[in-house]
Amino acid sequence: MRRGSALPRITPESPRLVNEIRLAVEQVSYAYSANPAQAPLFTLEATSFQARPGEIVAVLGPNASGKSTLLQLIAGILHPMSGRILLSGFVVHSLSPRTRAQRIAMVQQESRLLFPARVWEFVLQGRHAHGSSLRFESRDDVLVARNALAQVGGALLSDRWMDRISGGEKQRVILARALAQQPLLLLLDEPTLHLDIAAQVGLLDALRRLAGENRYTVIVVTHELNLAAEYADQVVLMQSGRCLRVGPPAAIYQRELLEQVFQTPLGVEMRANGRPRVTVLPRR
Amino acid sequence: MRPLTLRKLVLQCFVLLVILFIVVIGALKFGAVPVSLYALGRDLLRVVIGQSSQISSDYGLIVENIRFPRIILGIIVGASLSVAGTSFQALLRNPLADPYVLGVSSGAALGAILALIAEPHLTLPPAVAALLTPSCAFLGAAATITAVYFLGRREGQIDSTTLLLGGVITASFLSAIIMFLMSTVTSGNTRGMAFWLMGNLSTSFQKSIYWLLAAGFFLASGAIYTTANDLNLLLSGEREAMHLGVDVRRVRLVVYIAASLLTGLAVSVSGAVGYVGLIVPHVMRLIFGSDHRTLLPTAALGGAIAVVVADTLARIVVAPNELAVGAVTAVVGAPLFIYLLRRRLA
Repeated sequence: MRRGSALPRITPESPRLVNEIRLAVEQVSYAYSANPAQAPLFTLEATSFQARPGEIVAVLGPNASGKSTLLQLIAGILHPMSGRILLSGFVVHSLSPRTRAQRIAMVQQESRLLFPARVWEFVLQGRHAHGSSLRFESRDDVLVARNALAQVGGALLSDRWMDRISGGEKQRVILARALAQQPLLLLLDEPTLHLDIAAQVGLLDALRRLAGENRYTVIVVTHELNLAAEYADQVVLMQSGRCLRVGPPAAIYQRELLEQVFQTPLGVEMRANGRPRVTVLPRR
Repeated sequence: MRPLTLRKLVLQCFVLLVILFIVVIGALKFGAVPVSLYALGRDLLRVVIGQSSQISSDYGLIVENIRFPRIILGIIVGASLSVAGTSFQALLRNPLADPYVLGVSSGAALGAILALIAEPHLTLPPAVAALLTPSCAFLGAAATITAVYFLGRREGQIDSTTLLLGGVITASFLSAIIMFLMSTVTSGNTRGMAFWLMGNLSTSFQKSIYWLLAAGFFLASGAIYTTANDLNLLLSGEREAMHLGVDVRRVRLVVYIAASLLTGLAVSVSGAVGYVGLIVPHVMRLIFGSDHRTLLPTAALGGAIAVVVADTLARIVVAPNELAVGAVTAVVGAPLFIYLLRRRLA
């Protein structure tokens, strides 16, 4: 689907799917502390939201607002101090690492390799959780990996070395590895960080399309307010470990609220397609 | 996409097995007393058809009782060190890691040196005396592994960086004690100590020890091999490996214990043979790629080849005297490592 095209973006196959809650974050909280005797260094207060298949949820907020913590909790890497996270009815952090990786894929900011690897080897790593731990890749695995690479427009990269491709290409290959996991939930931690504007738009277009085609639920942590406004179905707005608001971009992007959260003068206007646009204003 | 298949793996291992076989024949043939290939072949045939009692020639004794056990020891030591080195490089995510980086060899050396100092003061039956040094070395290695494990823990689980720092500090502390002992204690077998520190394969053991070493090698390498796919993913970082379904905590524990055990077994019978566990994994990675399903078995075979070749050189270069095999691996290994490093930078 083209960028900026009119809603609705979800085309459910059956009415049941419309109501299906894939991800439910229920009153989840967390605290980091240097040692158990001391007061926590950082606290994530009770946070709740829900997401459906095919939906893109953007998690926004200034630095140290708890976005990445929230993402690690959803990924099941961190265990919540209270509350729970349900993925299609299963409590995420009680799943085994293998089962979790079959259902949740994470795209990290960057991927550093110790020894050189080809792109196809890297993408095939996404198949790790699908099968016993000591095994050789099957024809199916190769097919899935090849499709995943094609879905991000990276078919031609297959035989290149991971350390010889550009930042934008690398980001697509990392996304392809996540797709090869065939997950229900796709998590992205600042995926546009090192990308130029064309690559940013390309990536989010791909996410939009994939969420629609493959029915992924996508959770993306980002600092790009305008890209989030353009692509997200829901926005979770965070500040200092608190979840302030959850809702569609048009409801969340209010000038006073954003100015208070980001501590900088901003202008917010509503565009014809019903999506807000943020501009940075000089400090008064 | 050309993913690894069982066929490809078997083929690669077969090629290396053939090379190892040739190297072993060479190691049996060359030495202070030359042996003809014909005699070797004839004796081998006699062993195969069960008539080993007919091997009565002079060199039959040399080949069967001196060179062969030494080659077997070289194979086990080389394979153990290479597998341990490969595992530590992946576990610690550090290309400079080798089997000794966590201090296992220093612990073993301290145990061995204490045994060599104590030995003249004890009256032991010969069978026990022969095993005193390797047993103390193994105890030293085991104590170090345990100590470094507890030093390397953070929030109840092994942390790679803490483990590396803990290991390096332990190693240098133990080395300091060794230097102190060697410079102050005058009794005991000083030449034996120096030889032990350099690494050598000249000690021969009872048959059961070889079986014990082989069993330990297959058990520990087998345990590491079950995590081969997990180690591949660990190369991109522990967090990423977790997201891809690796039980990182379990893998770290299995690999740490098994690789330390391999190192401990190798050093307790041969001392600290250097560079094999560092360089063989890198050479095999250049040839066969960094997939641990291939890398672990090829490194094992490559390590065996390297140590048998080095030990043969150690026996023949200054024959009828001999060098410590560790001296040969260091002399060949250091320039080779510099070459590989430059190549990597270029």
